Amino acid sequence: MPDIPLFTLTNLNFNYPGREPVIKNLQLQFYPGERIGLVAPNGSGKTTLFHLIMGLLKPTSGSIEFLGRPAVSEEDFAAVRQKIGLLFQDADDQLFSPTVIEDVAFGPLNLGCSREEAREISLKTLEFLGLSDFADRVTFKLSGGEKKLVSLATVLAMKPEVLLLDEPTAGLDRKTKTRLIEILNGLELSYIIISHEFDFLKEIAHHIYTMEDGKITLDEELYIHHHEHAHRVGAQPHKHI
Amino acid sequence: MIQESFAAGNSPIHRLNPTLRVVAAAAYSFIVALAHGLPTLLTSLAISIILLFFARLNLKKVFQRFTVVLGFLLLIWVILPWTYKGEIWFHLGPLAITRPGVLLCLEISLKSIAILLAMITLVSTMTTARMGHTLNRLHLPDKLVYLILITYRYIFVIEQEYQRLMRAARIRNFRPGSNLHTYRTYAYLLGMLFVRSAERAKRVHLAMVCRGFSGKFYSLQENTRGYQNWVFALLMSLSLLGLAILEISTPAILI
Ligand SMILES: Nc1ncnc2c1ncn2[C@@H]1O[C@H](COP(=O)(O)OP(=O)(O)OP(=O)(O)O)[C@@H](O)[C@H]1O
Ligand SMILES: [Mg+2]
Repeated sequence: MPDIPLFTLTNLNFNYPGREPVIKNLQLQFYPGERIGLVAPNGSGKTTLFHLIMGLLKPTSGSIEFLGRPAVSEEDFAAVRQKIGLLFQDADDQLFSPTVIEDVAFGPLNLGCSREEAREISLKTLEFLGLSDFADRVTFKLSGGEKKLVSLATVLAMKPEVLLLDEPTAGLDRKTKTRLIEILNGLELSYIIISHEFDFLKEIAHHIYTMEDGKITLDEELYIHHHEHAHRVGAQPHKHI
Repeated sequence: MIQESFAAGNSPIHRLNPTLRVVAAAAYSFIVALAHGLPTLLTSLAISIILLFFARLNLKKVFQRFTVVLGFLLLIWVILPWTYKGEIWFHLGPLAITRPGVLLCLEISLKSIAILLAMITLVSTMTTARMGHTLNRLHLPDKLVYLILITYRYIFVIEQEYQRLMRAARIRNFRPGSNLHTYRTYAYLLGMLFVRSAERAKRVHLAMVCRGFSGKFYSLQENTRGYQNWVFALLMSLSLLGLAILEISTPAILI
């Protein structure tokens, strides 16, 4: 495991205005190559945590470091967002262009790619996800599951180093879920994935964490369970906390 | 997610250079807004209808887009004819309908319909990103471009949230009547509508920011440089010139 974490959250606190704290003194070090599943009850602050990492919400106290450097200003986070791709919980929030290809190309174009480069990256990404036929489809006429996959394409097209996926399996059928598992295992990326489906997480995550009382903890119960399937991840580096 | 139901299409209008379309729509709206002559306004309405024909849009959707404006016009027609001071034309029951009042209504109606139609056919037939890109290219300040686009997009967001909320109410057997329950439900729906639209628009914006959006729009589509653009530019210039001449040579509806 390389020494320097991709990002470090230290003593992170957050509450929505006029509400009880959602995130309380949360600590997290995330290393390259880590693949974490996050299972926690509704309303425990998972989505909030992702938005804090992306700089979409500002912590009330505590610090966020990215590659050893504190991320505070909007510029800092603009750089972070090139490296971390966030898949929103609701795909409708993510897609806004009329055609799939334009939506996928939106990120690459913002990163300064030329029109041809952006088109090529987008087509490749769609092909990788098995969505080649979708390029010219109208985004708001896709089914819920299709929207989820296209949203994933919009994130992957930015070539991130880390993925934060907020319930990517919600509303996917078994076949599509299997495909998603194959896709994720085929990627050389680190990620944190929120899901309520343990069967899905155990296929793609090395560790399963949970959130309790505003903090992230390793889920002992799920951890033991996970070890019964250790052969699946036997080749991967192992870490105990 | 925002519906841009007119943006998808491959009509002659859709294929025109977007910059040209925006400039043409702006110039056209400007002239029509300033015009006062009946022949001018009728001609511009005809031009708008011809444009609409070439854009091959779904007429039902165009009409839906119009309902708000029609409601506004209806209101004008109900109020202005008997409140506007001037020569009395005829009596309708207790109300004295004035000639200038009616003519003013006519003028406003023709203008708004002609301009709206032209905007729908020329401007809303391009995607938001494309329009942003175009406005950037016309050297409008970034902030202004952003403001225009976001306003334009909010409208669809609000409409969509409205559809969702109404669906939620309807599946629970809500039937509007003239009772307190109905009024309260509508009040809640309206309140929720604005809150939810604002929330959604915020999240869409956040998602854009996550993908590197920083105020500038880029477009995947290449701007066409075909002869059609020249034909359109020529026809449009001639039409505008014609409208201007017509306007100068005919008296205003209202003197
Ligand atoms: N915009 C907001 N304003 C105020 N409170 C909020 C807002 N968004 C979320 N909350 C509250 O913060 C808490 C954490 O919300 P969050 O969306 O992070 O939960 P979550 O773990 O993602 O839940 P789920 O599994 O349902 O997606 C909840 O109690 C929620 O009610
Ligand atoms: Mg959530």
